[in-house]
Amino acid sequence: MNTIFDIIGPIMIGPSSSHTAGAARLGKMAHCIFRGVPSRVELTLYGSFAKTYKGHGTDKALLAGLLGFQEDDARIRVADELAKRDNMDYEFIESPLEVDHPNVVKFDMYDTGHRHMTVVGRSLGGGRIMITQVDGVDMEITGDEFTVVVFHEDRPGVISLVTQVLGESNINIAGMRVFKKAKHKDAVMVISTDSIVDAELVDNMRKCPGVRDLMTFDVL
Amino acid sequence: MSYSYETIEDIIRLAEEHSISFSDVVLQAELENYENDVETVMAAIDTRLQVFEKSIQAGLLNTGKTPSEMSGGQGAQLLAQGQPRFMSDLMYKSMTYAIAVNEANAKMFKVVACPTAGSCGVMPGCVKAVGEHYNLSHDDYVRGFLTGAGIGNVVTNRACVAGAVGGCQAEVGTASAMAAGAIVEMMGGTPRQVGNALAICMKNLLGLVCDPVAGLVEVPCIKRNGVYTAHALTAAEMAMAGIESQIPPDEVIETMNIVGRAMPAALRETSDGGLAKTLTGEKIAKRVRSL
Repeated sequence: MNTIFDIIGPIMIGPSSSHTAGAARLGKMAHCIFRGVPSRVELTLYGSFAKTYKGHGTDKALLAGLLGFQEDDARIRVADELAKRDNMDYEFIESPLEVDHPNVVKFDMYDTGHRHMTVVGRSLGGGRIMITQVDGVDMEITGDEFTVVVFHEDRPGVISLVTQVLGESNINIAGMRVFKKAKHKDAVMVISTDSIVDAELVDNMRKCPGVRDLMTFDVL
Repeated sequence: MSYSYETIEDIIRLAEEHSISFSDVVLQAELENYENDVETVMAAIDTRLQVFEKSIQAGLLNTGKTPSEMSGGQGAQLLAQGQPRFMSDLMYKSMTYAIAVNEANAKMFKVVACPTAGSCGVMPGCVKAVGEHYNLSHDDYVRGFLTGAGIGNVVTNRACVAGAVGGCQAEVGTASAMAAGAIVEMMGGTPRQVGNALAICMKNLLGLVCDPVAGLVEVPCIKRNGVYTAHALTAAEMAMAGIESQIPPDEVIETMNIVGRAMPAALRETSDGGLAKTLTGEKIAKRVRSL
């Protein structure tokens, strides 16, 4: 059983929950991961996204999300103009590659310095989304729950140190998965929690031996 | 005591056991499972009912064409014509409103997916037309909303509501079944009549394919939302007259799912078949690609 507001909802800018609302949420997620509006972004579209993005306003919705707008923000309709006004340089690339899902987008985001991040995500339908890769590391983030992503060394004991910090602060783990990136012996923990993890706790987790970096995601 | 439901029969049984309405069960289950208080749920319903209304107005007032030039302004055209030749006033209004909402959707105005964006017109069209025609109260709109949501919830969890999975019968079909049940509830029908309305409605749209021209949510989606308000009203009329569906609602929903999954991929939102592959459909697709 879902909440009734998943059934009659989301409130969104049309025309398509997967190609417009989902696209806006993917852009917003990329915006959160980049921690702001990039100065340049290359958006590579795959599958149905690549074929139908103009007619569905997928391009505008993705740009709106990157600017930090929600899926029900009327500014989606003019997001391409707003991107230009806010000096967010963008380029859409239609990939002919077949990927394992029909609605996939890859964001290559740059700032005016040397920072470059890559985020890959997919639109699952009904406005639901999933981020599947950040900087080449596989993961699964949906934006449905508060999520902590911990980049860490792949060795025994790190996971228990991190989860202990949460447990001691009485934060319940709703779900957890560990993904490995083979080449650097890095691993990523994706932990969804029943409540928000505050900045102090995030710092404590960051201090755990073996933890390289950490990101948090609010519910979208 | 739990009000949680998996099936339409669960909702009807719980309603009958407690002598409450179909929508009461849906509300109680929502409160129980999502730890919300009544005020929060009512406020969220109100917000959505307001977007229903605003999307109808947006569609009627903005008569421009979509970028594909396939649609726009037909809701307003119907409203201006005003005089139905074949339909009742209520039915004509439902159709007009539903088309307006889907035109608003195609032109990137704010809508509520119901259950999807492509099928977002049927529920608002039927609910508003019935509410206006019979001068119903705000509470009646809320009961209609809850009933539609409960039906959609069962279909979502036991079948599918995505055109890519089950064809248009899963999208506009579900929307139509939700609307049929909703208006029976608004008019004071019994929980069992709600079940019969949605079953009769869904039985008669099995096999409806999803074949959007150029992959856009326009043709045949917009007019189809209008057409299926009439379908919902027809099913609701029969149910309120005491006519029962020989096949129970849950079995109809299960059948919709089986039929949907048996459909060839070309007819499930890929635009590789049906109207999308007609001579004209292909021509339009070519034009849209070059926009």
